[in-house]
Amino acid sequence: MREKAVYACAIAGIALMVWNLHTIFMGLPNDALQGFIFRIIFIHVPATIAAYCFYTVALVTSILFLARRNFVYDSISVACIEVATVLILVNLVTGSIWGRNQWGVWWAWDLRLTTQLMCFLLYLGYLLVRPAITEPTQRATLSAFIAIFAYADIPLVVMAIRLPNVRTQHPGPVLETGGLAPVYVAPFVIGIFVMLLIGTALILVRLQQESEQREIDSLRRELHAL
Amino acid sequence: MKRGLLAALSIARKDLKTELRTKESLNASASFALVILVLFSFAFDLDRESIYAISGGLLWLVYSFAGALIVNRSFARELPNDCLDVLIASPTPAWSLFLGKAIAAFFLLLIVEAISLPVFGLFYNISWTGVFWPLLLTISLATWGITVVGAAFSAVTVNVRLRELMLPVLLYPVLIPLLIGGMGMTTQLLSGNMAAADRNQYLRQLIAFDAIYTALAVYLIEFVLVV
Repeated sequence: MREKAVYACAIAGIALMVWNLHTIFMGLPNDALQGFIFRIIFIHVPATIAAYCFYTVALVTSILFLARRNFVYDSISVACIEVATVLILVNLVTGSIWGRNQWGVWWAWDLRLTTQLMCFLLYLGYLLVRPAITEPTQRATLSAFIAIFAYADIPLVVMAIRLPNVRTQHPGPVLETGGLAPVYVAPFVIGIFVMLLIGTALILVRLQQESEQREIDSLRRELHAL
Repeated sequence: MKRGLLAALSIARKDLKTELRTKESLNASASFALVILVLFSFAFDLDRESIYAISGGLLWLVYSFAGALIVNRSFARELPNDCLDVLIASPTPAWSLFLGKAIAAFFLLLIVEAISLPVFGLFYNISWTGVFWPLLLTISLATWGITVVGAAFSAVTVNVRLRELMLPVLLYPVLIPLLIGGMGMTTQLLSGNMAAADRNQYLRQLIAFDAIYTALAVYLIEFVLVV
């Protein structure tokens, strides 16, 4: 069942992505101000939106783990956070390339960029600490704690371009303000679905690994007890 | 609630007393702060104007390094003789144990800061006595943020391999908003061109950080300590 879901998500995601990339590169006109490079928006923004969806799932499952102590929740958290952190890296790298082209610099220390980098570092910390804790219950509990702490940064990133009195050179939320021309909306939304589908496929693979790892661990403990 | 707070105070008193007797993390942290201050003077060769421009950043880097050393010992101090297990098993609620640790670390870090601030002023020829009270407010707010988050992560990493390494990796990214506020406020105070709008913004940032993370840590620490 799970394997079928993986294949379904992956195939749907890849097919959509190929079709969407074709539209983006062959079908769409260049942006009036930015020219060709604006196409990064169809990767850059959907990657983050998908990552935040996964981080939110991880937040919920982390809280559920603390409440119910079921290891399935821990597995979901770690799978989601791993995939989402890679997506944030995609966002940072594509953003940096766009910044080099548009601003002339690879990186600027403004609020949006800083908070997003912080988000990446926070979850990187989560992924670094996990393997350093050997006892499974302790590892799951402490990871859940870190995941909840790390999530406190995400509202900050989201608000960084929406607050009225913040100076930022990052473009505003074009989808909400109608700054995105109607022809660009469809590929943008499809881009979000692409990231969500591929991300979900990866998460499901990772979940499978986690449950197998748990099984191996319990067998090893059993052997040890004998 | 009241009993929990009293318990927190007695935990803090116990911690401060042991620390002031042994001075193990206090000495290490204070001398580390001094070494970093000396190193910075070689790292940047600055004229008078630019010294003031980076003063806040410099000071808070030193304080946050020293803070990590202090909070690192916060829970690790209880590891020998299984003291931590006894403390957790005692009728003291986990949050007051944590709060006590955070309060103790707060005062210890304040001591380190009180030692390194005059040295900082002396080495870099920066006069801070004129803005002492607003500086004290900034330092207290930001130090509480460092120690409350630090104590929480100290509880997280107490049983982790490479504890001394993991704590800063987790701690500093969380502290970024606080450090931005503390550094900005200190720089503006020391260089004497404080705009009212900036001041309010920085103060709000510091207070909001303290409130959010104190609440989060106090609420969640139960799950971390009582695994």
